[in-house]
Amino acid sequence: MRVIVVGAGIVGAAVARELARAGAEVIVLDRSASAGGTSAAGEGNLLVSDKGPGAELDLALRSLALWQGLLPEIAESFPSIEYEAKGGLVVATTEAGAAALRAFAATQRTAGVESSEVNGLDHEPDLNPEHTAAVLYPQDAQVQPAIATEALLADARRHGATVRQGVEALGPLRSGDRLTGVITSAGPLAADHVVVAAGPWSGEVSERLGVTLPVRPRRGTILVTTRMRPRIRHKVYDADYVGAVGSNDASLQTSSVVESTAAGTVLIGSSRERRGFDESIEARVLSAVAAKALVLFPFLSGVAVMRAYGGFRPFVPDHLPVIGPDPRLTGLWHATGHEGAGIVLSTATGELLTDLMVGRPPTLDPAAFAVDRPTLLPHLQPA
Amino acid sequence: MSVETPDVLVVGAGPAGLAAADAARRAGAQVVLLDAAGDAGGQYWRHLPAERPAADERVLHHGWDKFTALRGQELLTDAQVWLAERHDDRPPTLHVLVGPADGNERTPRTFAPKALVLATGAYERTLPFPGWDLPGVFTAGAAQALAKAERIAVGRRVLVAGAGPFLLPVASSLLRTGAGVVGVFEANGWSRLRKAWTARPAELLSTRHKAGELAGYVRDLARNRIPYRTGTAVIAAHGTDRVTAVTVARLDPEWAPVPGTERRLDVDAVCVSHGFVPRTELAVSAGCGLDAYGAVVTDENGRTSVPGVYAAGEITGIGGADLALAEGVIAGLAAANAATTSAASTSAAGTANVGVTEEQRRARRDNQRFADRLERAHGIRPGWAGWLGDDTVVCRCEEVTAGDLKAGAAATGSRGLRSLKLSTRAGLGVCQGRVCGRTVEELLHRHTGGLLDPGRTASRPLAAFVRMGELAAANHPEESA
Repeated sequence: MRVIVVGAGIVGAAVARELARAGAEVIVLDRSASAGGTSAAGEGNLLVSDKGPGAELDLALRSLALWQGLLPEIAESFPSIEYEAKGGLVVATTEAGAAALRAFAATQRTAGVESSEVNGLDHEPDLNPEHTAAVLYPQDAQVQPAIATEALLADARRHGATVRQGVEALGPLRSGDRLTGVITSAGPLAADHVVVAAGPWSGEVSERLGVTLPVRPRRGTILVTTRMRPRIRHKVYDADYVGAVGSNDASLQTSSVVESTAAGTVLIGSSRERRGFDESIEARVLSAVAAKALVLFPFLSGVAVMRAYGGFRPFVPDHLPVIGPDPRLTGLWHATGHEGAGIVLSTATGELLTDLMVGRPPTLDPAAFAVDRPTLLPHLQPA
Repeated sequence: MSVETPDVLVVGAGPAGLAAADAARRAGAQVVLLDAAGDAGGQYWRHLPAERPAADERVLHHGWDKFTALRGQELLTDAQVWLAERHDDRPPTLHVLVGPADGNERTPRTFAPKALVLATGAYERTLPFPGWDLPGVFTAGAAQALAKAERIAVGRRVLVAGAGPFLLPVASSLLRTGAGVVGVFEANGWSRLRKAWTARPAELLSTRHKAGELAGYVRDLARNRIPYRTGTAVIAAHGTDRVTAVTVARLDPEWAPVPGTERRLDVDAVCVSHGFVPRTELAVSAGCGLDAYGAVVTDENGRTSVPGVYAAGEITGIGGADLALAEGVIAGLAAANAATTSAASTSAAGTANVGVTEEQRRARRDNQRFADRLERAHGIRPGWAGWLGDDTVVCRCEEVTAGDLKAGAAATGSRGLRSLKLSTRAGLGVCQGRVCGRTVEELLHRHTGGLLDPGRTASRPLAAFVRMGELAAANHPEESA
């Protein structure tokens, strides 16, 4: 069985690795280089704390277990992926926010998310003492996402996959009603299955292959400080983040996510805004992100920001990844739409898609991620 | 906060920016000229601060009288542009912090100029070699700055090495501060230098005063019995706490060290410079197109690919102060013309007269030819990587070695600069690739068989460090969405 995976980001890498380990002949294509898009523009969140009970949380919990399991397999002869099970600390800054946070944590516990309300200052001594509640989520972890992507690709290659960078998918190869490969910038390439894992560009790739998929870019911006002595121990974010993630609003939303990296810098996110593939960095966005972070950690006021970068998350209207075969075109598969959670969700996405493709009993119920699920169906018509 | 809308905003008060602002003012435009430094002059006319003036600035600086004529202009000093917000159809909105960079009371100002002239100059390029991170190894520019602005001699036995005519004034400045110079070593051999500098001699007539300048420097060397060697480079520096010796070697025409020609020289300081890199952060953020050398592309009026944005001086290609002055005049006039006439008449302007005289155009052309010779004679050749060891540090901020880059490329198989920067950390430190970016890119290009996203080390949306508190306070409504 030969499979083409379009996209060499974290999801494409995880899918390729899983398929290659299952014995498929895998070819990964990317029109540019590996780990150069969304996977290189995020914070490397492996979070369960921001997800309410439901299919995405189940996928995330399964993914976390898979991440822990694969660490020894990809650790050899590679730069560290900087996996750190540092835990998340979610902080409310208003009384209403505190009540909502407690209620949210309670519902999460019923679905397997561990958490406990703590005295925030015991865990983050530099946290703003004015906060109203702090909940610690020990399962939250972090990786360096670009290295993690490269590590998954390297492991896929060890299992026989090939990665062809600088090769663009241009159109479908068809035989009757069936997709039988891809016309690429390097010529036609036949395959039994084609998986679109092109992140925010998945809508465009799907269009080229002949179907409509409502994946749109949702922009985010991150600030990076100069190195400093570690003063932030967890992934710390304000409780507004949960609301912003689940929002459909196209306008600018910011919520604070603050964390130290292995290199000693502090990453400060994040904004969410839908405005196409507009790469410009704007003062109003940077300013809003900075202001929110100072509410959590006032000491950051004097810290220098040395870099700002933006990226695009793959946004789907009903906020669930799309994983599985496309019922409209036999041979076409999707693994996309993970929005800001692609790093964590990549592993279970690769597993689930492989389960379905090779006919293994799926670990998770695939119905919630199906292309033709009821909440996505209205969006599948050409615009 | 209000957004200021001058006719012309000029960023950078070196030769190009001063000339542009002066020309734009003379053409009747309302001009704001700003610079991140505390005074005008840029790197070229760097001088002692006003409170400690020196009697001999004219001796140390070429064109000092020209500078004296230009420096009287109104100038916003200590003004750091930290962000250029791209608009594509018009000049970017510039966000500026004004005040000493180490102070806590910088004042934010925002400019949406009708026309923008970028005259941000260049960064010095120094190629790495084993030991280049030892104390006592200076970039030639840093040594020159210490000499010009502090009158400090960097050593008693100083070797000046690298490529380009810049090595000569550096040696001269060192001599004038009392430093002992043991030699000036140019990486390129006589045959390349001769070919580039003696072809079509008539072209050089109009820029012959430059030859005079260079001859003056050479006389300085001769008078002090300082050897000027070509086809020779420093390929290693030695010492424990600081540099005490260097290894020099002959280079072949592609700059690869010739085996067996190594010899050791005792020194107490080394000044190295291999060229310059256009300082294009703001131009890149504004959306201006770059050429293959990473310089901003301009037309004969200094216009970039973004309407209303002009560029002059070293960011359009390395050509020295005379070309910068010539380009500055033209860009300043063109910007003033565009800003003060109606949109309808400028949109059809094309090559229309923007008030530039034929003589001004000729000055630009002649100096451009001089700049082309500079690149043909002194441009960096690829063989230099031959003097790197696997343990030679390439990115000093993050201590990434040449071997780390090779290993990172091999382990990942990636052809992505962005990905490889993230997995090796090269260029991610406090200099943000300003020192090492080109070098990292060149080395990775070789190790990957070709990068698919080259040029990224030139993209720095934050053009300067900004404190979190300053960023948070910068929150103000845009004039338009």
